Amino acid sequence: MSKNTELELVALTKQYGETIAVDNIALKIPQASYTCLLGPSGCGKSSTLRMIAGHEIATKGDIILGGKNITTLAPSDRGTAMMFQNYALFPHLSVLDNVAFSMKIKKIDKVERHKKAKDMLALVDMAQYSERYPEQLSGGQQQRVALARALITRPSILLLDEPLSALDPFLRLKMRVELKRLQRKLGISFVHVTHSQDEAMALADNIVVMHDGKIEQAGSPIDVFNKPATEFIARFMGGHNVISSDGILQAIRADKISITKKEKTAQDGLFSFKSQIEEIEYLGTNVQVSAKHDEFGDVAVNLSDQAFFKNPFEIGDSVFLSWKAEDAQMLPS
Amino acid sequence: MFRFFAQRSNLSGWALASPLSLVLVFFLICPIIMIVIVSFWGATEFSIYPAFQWDNYEFLFSSSVTYTVFLKTFMYAFITWAITLILGFTVAYYLAFHIKSLTWQIALFLLCTIPFWTSNIIRMISWIPFLGRNGIANETLIQLGLISEPVEWLLFSDFAVILAFVHLYTLFMVVPIFNTMMRIDHSLLEAARDAGANGFQTLVNVIIPLCKPGIMIGSIFVVTLVMGDFITVRFMSGSQSANVGRLISNDVGLLQYPSASATAVVLLLTVLITIGIMLRFVNIRKEL
Repeated sequence: MSKNTELELVALTKQYGETIAVDNIALKIPQASYTCLLGPSGCGKSSTLRMIAGHEIATKGDIILGGKNITTLAPSDRGTAMMFQNYALFPHLSVLDNVAFSMKIKKIDKVERHKKAKDMLALVDMAQYSERYPEQLSGGQQQRVALARALITRPSILLLDEPLSALDPFLRLKMRVELKRLQRKLGISFVHVTHSQDEAMALADNIVVMHDGKIEQAGSPIDVFNKPATEFIARFMGGHNVISSDGILQAIRADKISITKKEKTAQDGLFSFKSQIEEIEYLGTNVQVSAKHDEFGDVAVNLSDQAFFKNPFEIGDSVFLSWKAEDAQMLPS
Repeated sequence: MFRFFAQRSNLSGWALASPLSLVLVFFLICPIIMIVIVSFWGATEFSIYPAFQWDNYEFLFSSSVTYTVFLKTFMYAFITWAITLILGFTVAYYLAFHIKSLTWQIALFLLCTIPFWTSNIIRMISWIPFLGRNGIANETLIQLGLISEPVEWLLFSDFAVILAFVHLYTLFMVVPIFNTMMRIDHSLLEAARDAGANGFQTLVNVIIPLCKPGIMIGSIFVVTLVMGDFITVRFMSGSQSANVGRLISNDVGLLQYPSASATAVVLLLTVLITIGIMLRFVNIRKEL
């Protein structure tokens, strides 16, 4: 299976009446990669996914999959498959028939389609539940069935719309690992829409952060987290302080800031600012400290518990915050 | 302590259920028992007398009229059911899937109920000037040159009876089907499309199976209403056709209560068996 399955979005736009949901975006998704479309609700990530899936037709622009323009093709002719947010399993069909549904539509003989569906269910560890109905399954099991149903069409890209949001936190972590494992095993691309930074960071080879219908930044999780391109990204990804001074915007990771009682001398490109401790939260492995600076406002500092308890301080203490120049990421203002 | 509360809540449960139970017992169960009892009574031309004899049933089952009339009743019920099902499903489908805004859905749904603002009988009678020998339908057809002389079968015929039934009862089909359709998650339709299903395949493989409970509830409404009706048949057939309801009403008119009761009991059992058979096909309990 060395066929080209690269996905490319070219000047893709979606308009609903006057509102522009997706605004002229361009994106390349390499084959056999895990991509997360990340952004707050209403940023256009779901519309983008639905356009790739063919459940919405682009207002302008093109979608190219494996060198073929699929912009206006029917969903089933594109080589994509979609896994829906609430799984959208057919309640009147057994697990086996749900998975075999697309083959029933293609009028494949019952024995053969049931055999193939069973194989697919085995892949997601659901073979023993094939006679059950969706309502008799837990959320995690329903999700596996939905995965099997999407994968049985042998898509070159699997599209997942907020696949983990309906699960409880424990199961979410478990399924997250399984999704990634499955993607590696199958060697196809997964495009996963989510509003959770943790999820995107943990899963993705590529994170595409969207905001107001535009792509703010696309890159590896490390790039996106360490080198936020815009103020929005720095704030949205979390773990950063956005500090404005003299008209210059900078992002500094909360764990790159140190707190001392004495002022550090400005050597080795170290910056130091007098602040007051406002809030201390103990989080187990680390301690979240909130300090107030006259010019920058609130600054969040993330210390390891060791560092904190070696040099503890209290709310109201006057301290100095300092960081290295190289840890401050310039942002376009 | 717990036992006390358990008993108390038991008691209040009974108390809450009792008004409806009493109404049903007095106005449904008691009359039916009464009818069953009277169906075994005897009658002469001028009197009825309490007895326990099978004469009424014997007469009923030995008369060929009974069979013709029951057959006719089934025919009316079946044809009306088929037409109202097709119409009702189409209307409900249009309302549920083609009208996107809730406001319009409600508005059009209310439009469907407008005929119900007048009584059954008025709605029925209003067909007469339309379908009559010199009615609007015939006049129009003659003016259009489609026919040279008035069509006779428009009014006072089986056609008129079924037309009136369909007019009266389609809404009973629309409402439950619309109700089940509105509960269908639209992502299921997208999932079907994703799997390559076209509109018709989605209809057959997803929508119709999921609407089965609504279809069944609507069917029960229509079948029981048509099988129990007598006034529509009388008016629209111009007293030329008879169904079981008319048989009973004629007996009542002649004060032959025992015979009327026996027919009523047989009709009741027939309807119950019909519904029983229908329920074998669909589990509507999930819906209720």
